Amino acid sequence: MSDEKKSTAIDLKNLKAGGFIKERGKDLFTVRLRVPGGRLPVARLKKIAEVAEKYGQGMVHLSVRQSVELININFKDFDAVVAQLGEGTQKVASCGARVRVPTACGGCEYNPNGLVDTQKSALEVDEKLFGTPTGHHKFKVGFAGCPFDCPKSATNDVGFQGAVWPVLSVEECIGCGLCDKSCTEGAITMGEDGKPRFIPENCIYCGDCLKVCPTEAWRAEKKGYTVRIGGKWGRRPLVGTLFAEFLPEEQVVAFIAAVLAWYKEKAEGQGRVRLGDVIRAEGPEALLACLREQFPAFVVDATIPPQAIATQVGKER
Amino acid sequence: MTTVDLRGVTCPTNFVKAKLALEMVDAGEVIEFLLDDGEPVKNVPRSLKSEGHKLLGLKEAEGYYILTLEKGEE
Repeated sequence: MSDEKKSTAIDLKNLKAGGFIKERGKDLFTVRLRVPGGRLPVARLKKIAEVAEKYGQGMVHLSVRQSVELININFKDFDAVVAQLGEGTQKVASCGARVRVPTACGGCEYNPNGLVDTQKSALEVDEKLFGTPTGHHKFKVGFAGCPFDCPKSATNDVGFQGAVWPVLSVEECIGCGLCDKSCTEGAITMGEDGKPRFIPENCIYCGDCLKVCPTEAWRAEKKGYTVRIGGKWGRRPLVGTLFAEFLPEEQVVAFIAAVLAWYKEKAEGQGRVRLGDVIRAEGPEALLACLREQFPAFVVDATIPPQAIATQVGKER
Repeated sequence: MTTVDLRGVTCPTNFVKAKLALEMVDAGEVIEFLLDDGEPVKNVPRSLKSEGHKLLGLKEAEGYYILTLEKGEE
């Protein structure tokens, strides 16, 4: 028997970062593509379609984390698929215990609610941290541009949510009351002098007051991300809890890197464990203290551990 | 002054109707819109502001709101 018959030559470097996922059928795999923030130039989309048509069986799948997945790909075609996608600069994503491709909403460029440039953040994190081995389990990052939070940021290991802190310059206020009408959180009420009063404890940093104000009397005093850590979904979901506020966009990568370093160290020897469960075991103060050293202006004074979400509600015990 | 009654018209149709009404007046002209409470009064003024019109004021009437604005430049 010749060597050619015994083994198929596959460039194993292609498989190193994952992204090739075994399917039910013999020899068939899903190839998960790297689409940070779910935004895809049309030229790349066309190339993906071309490759899918040539090597797949007529379908692609859109993953819940904004990726295009080529399905029903024969493993013998891996090298050809990777090479041809590469002509359109499309890369393969990852799976396993690594930093995954970040998700993001449309952000502030065209979405009227967006407060920060989530697309830019997603691209930056993808460039600097994608594929980093955690040593323990998967590590997901997501960006929401505002508190509507379409990407469900708190279900990520580190979730970012756009935020502004409003401040009123009374001289420019014409007392129209639109901010009071717009604020659904009860953080603004009209005073007896016909000018708005800010009730800071009710504010969730959505910026609706700034957006509606006719005279720009409401302005952003601080802008950045609300950061929640320790979320996940799956069989035992956790909702991430608050660790930092108004983190500047430029510090996102450094912040995630600090969380990753803590996770790598604290989960040592524990096997396949997610960040949220490590925080629950260590206590959130340990992570808060570690982050405070590097980000003192943004880390909150106190928080609670990631919270378990009951998914078996209604089931009789 | 032109008054456009958008009461009973839901989002985003009310905003589109407001845009159509604004096409009929000159820049600098003041126009009034009658808006329902809730989503309309929360969204329509903000959308009109982002289209470059100048919001002048909001008055509460009986069960609805009167938004006054000045049409911006094209």
